[in-house]
Amino acid sequence: MSSPADRARVAIAGNPNAGKTSLFNRLTGAIQQVSNYPGVTVERKEGTARLDGRAFTVVDLPGTYSLTAYSQEEIVARNFVIDDKPEAVIDVVDASNLERNLYLTIQLLELGAPLVLALNMIDVARKRGFQIDIGRMAALLGVPVVATVAHRGEGVRELLEACAACVDRTGDGRPRPISYGPEIDAQIDDLAASVRRAGAHADPAAARWAAIKLIEGDPEVRARLGAAGGAVVAPILEAVDRSIQAIEKRFDDDAATVIAERRYGIAAGIVKECVTLTGQARQDMTDQIDTIVCNRAAGPLILVAVVAALFFCVFKVSDEWAWIPWPGGWLSPTGLMEWLFEALSGAVAGLRASAPMLHSLIDDAVIGGVGGVMSFVPLILTMFLFVAVLEDSGYIARVAFLLDRVLRAFGLQGKSILALIVAGGLGGGGCAVPGVMATRTLREEKDRLITMLVTPFMNCGAKMPVYAMLIAAFFPDHRTAMMLLLWAISWSVTLMAALALRKWILRGEQTPFVMELPPYHVPTLRGVALHAWERTWMYMKKAGTIILAVNILLWALMYFPAPDRAQHEARVAAGQSEASLETMRLSHSFAGRIGQALEPVSQYAGFDWRTNVALVGGFAAKEIVIGVLGTVYSMGEVSAEESQSLSGRLAADPQWSRLRALTLMIFVMLYAPCFVTMTVIRRESGSWKWALFSTAYSTTIAFALAVCVYQAGRALGWG
Amino acid sequence: MKTLFDLTTGQSARIKRIRGQGANGIRQRLLDMGVTKGTPVFVERHAPLGDPVEVAIKGYHLAVRMSEARNIEVESEN
Repeated sequence: MSSPADRARVAIAGNPNAGKTSLFNRLTGAIQQVSNYPGVTVERKEGTARLDGRAFTVVDLPGTYSLTAYSQEEIVARNFVIDDKPEAVIDVVDASNLERNLYLTIQLLELGAPLVLALNMIDVARKRGFQIDIGRMAALLGVPVVATVAHRGEGVRELLEACAACVDRTGDGRPRPISYGPEIDAQIDDLAASVRRAGAHADPAAARWAAIKLIEGDPEVRARLGAAGGAVVAPILEAVDRSIQAIEKRFDDDAATVIAERRYGIAAGIVKECVTLTGQARQDMTDQIDTIVCNRAAGPLILVAVVAALFFCVFKVSDEWAWIPWPGGWLSPTGLMEWLFEALSGAVAGLRASAPMLHSLIDDAVIGGVGGVMSFVPLILTMFLFVAVLEDSGYIARVAFLLDRVLRAFGLQGKSILALIVAGGLGGGGCAVPGVMATRTLREEKDRLITMLVTPFMNCGAKMPVYAMLIAAFFPDHRTAMMLLLWAISWSVTLMAALALRKWILRGEQTPFVMELPPYHVPTLRGVALHAWERTWMYMKKAGTIILAVNILLWALMYFPAPDRAQHEARVAAGQSEASLETMRLSHSFAGRIGQALEPVSQYAGFDWRTNVALVGGFAAKEIVIGVLGTVYSMGEVSAEESQSLSGRLAADPQWSRLRALTLMIFVMLYAPCFVTMTVIRRESGSWKWALFSTAYSTTIAFALAVCVYQAGRALGWG
Repeated sequence: MKTLFDLTTGQSARIKRIRGQGANGIRQRLLDMGVTKGTPVFVERHAPLGDPVEVAIKGYHLAVRMSEARNIEVESEN
């Protein structure tokens, strides 16, 4: 058995939608490690493939069309091949779309990668009438070529055997050097020689690659050379400029265009020599589906139906429908989670009398905290299952196509819609956590950040109990109208905030929208399940640890310092109710003091110290607002379900008014995303900076709007 | 000069050149996606509000915004 350290490494490269993920899953089975490449948010998957007792470490490189410095993915992919020097690189090529896929193959050959070509989806290519001469292709490229149907596992063993031969250098392939024609080759050779002399790239293949990239004007390679070289760099850069000028003069076009066109020329040449069209290529399924799905009239209607179905299924299946048989009745998956944590809570109830502080810590902070996170898991898993189906089938690209124009007006783009809908965009009941995670389908960094930052403004399920309680208390005759109003406010703020972020914070021209509309595929159960599970697991692992810590902190803020013991006992002796003792204790705690300290500011929005404590608690999760309000309004423990009595109490309280209730709802809707969302924003954006920014800017917007509404309402005499 | 922007659904043409200077960013991206000189394009459809546009090129389907299409010069087939 070899240890992981000295195993041969096989990297998988290829175009998006060429079947890389299916191949990776087939090679490695269910056990994969998911992490991010250092310093960037590009997901890195690693697993182990076995061939006759021999183990290989398989690394899934990001799917790319090219290897320029255009995106993080492309830089990550090429740097892995250059710096980590995997012993074999599988290039997954879509056999039914050869020309464009070979464009990447040619660049991998330029890199000097030890290449094995997987001619994937060969069945689709054959069905479309393409006959591919595999032997001829292998000879032309000088690398082994294996026909595969990755999602069915066909050809996967042969592919791994070819990789093993590549690792052992027993294969007979000699990668064909890529020629760009005599004039350009001469320029490349000269430059490569100077690059080698400068010591920036010792390996001849790497030096040649660097020379090509320098001629293409690649900023990253240029910077790398600058960092490595010192005094010798300036003459090289001068030589680069001379080469570029010579090429541009000769071909009357810029050098990068000339090189890209040459690559496509080579790809077209290979296709011409290896592919014959047998019979009539049929109009395929994708074209037929798209005639309907992307139709100007039917397209938007189908989109609405799909989104409604997703929304319906996700929340019904995971939360509302009790379909799991359980002793004592049927439970929903979320209900099951709650049942588990209630059972745990019951198990430690014995501590309440003997060790009240320990009991409070375990019950409120640990079980309550972890339980809060885990109760989201069924929702997130179901959401990811559906999103994985939409992604793997190719529909997401159509959604982006249909909606891009509308959302672009607000600084978002087509694919942003998915995140917003998952977060509650249809009118409530969503969740920002899977919403923020759904922004992964956006490849453009700025668009992705903006979407991530506005997603928490949607009306998620956690805000619903707060709305329900306040509407019941103050607007009992206008429930529907109020919900519509809240829905409209949340969308207006979302779109306006996106516009403002694009204008002032994440400035710059919008990322160009150049997107492939891939052929539709029937997603495989295995692929979808793996996809959904690995994302869910990442959420459980990371959010679980951070959330636990935050809950312990919040608990301590509300528990300490304890009121003076003698006074406390005097009050107990005086027969004060437990609830009023609880209020005393809270006002004495750090959280209570924070609430009082905030009052001079918060009064402009009409919030007193007790509301402030509730809102501070709501930073952890918005449902907490109801629980804390219940506590501070002398009700003892109030859970979201028992909020009726609290609403009655508030309605009767002379300090409360309709205006105050409306202001509070608006504030709760918009202020800081809950801690789970924050940690997810931190992970998805790659830095705490954006998580903290998100908290600060949304709280600012919330407060500004709350003050406006409250003061305007007062001026109009509603207060 | 005619661009991809000017073509209506169902029309085909050949790519002539991509306007603009420099090779990085959008220009490089379009080149990488196969929008190279002499390549035939066929306009499959426009999105509901007329933007973006979907074209068939090099055997696959590509969507670009009209703002990008304006910079892709084409010449009529034949």
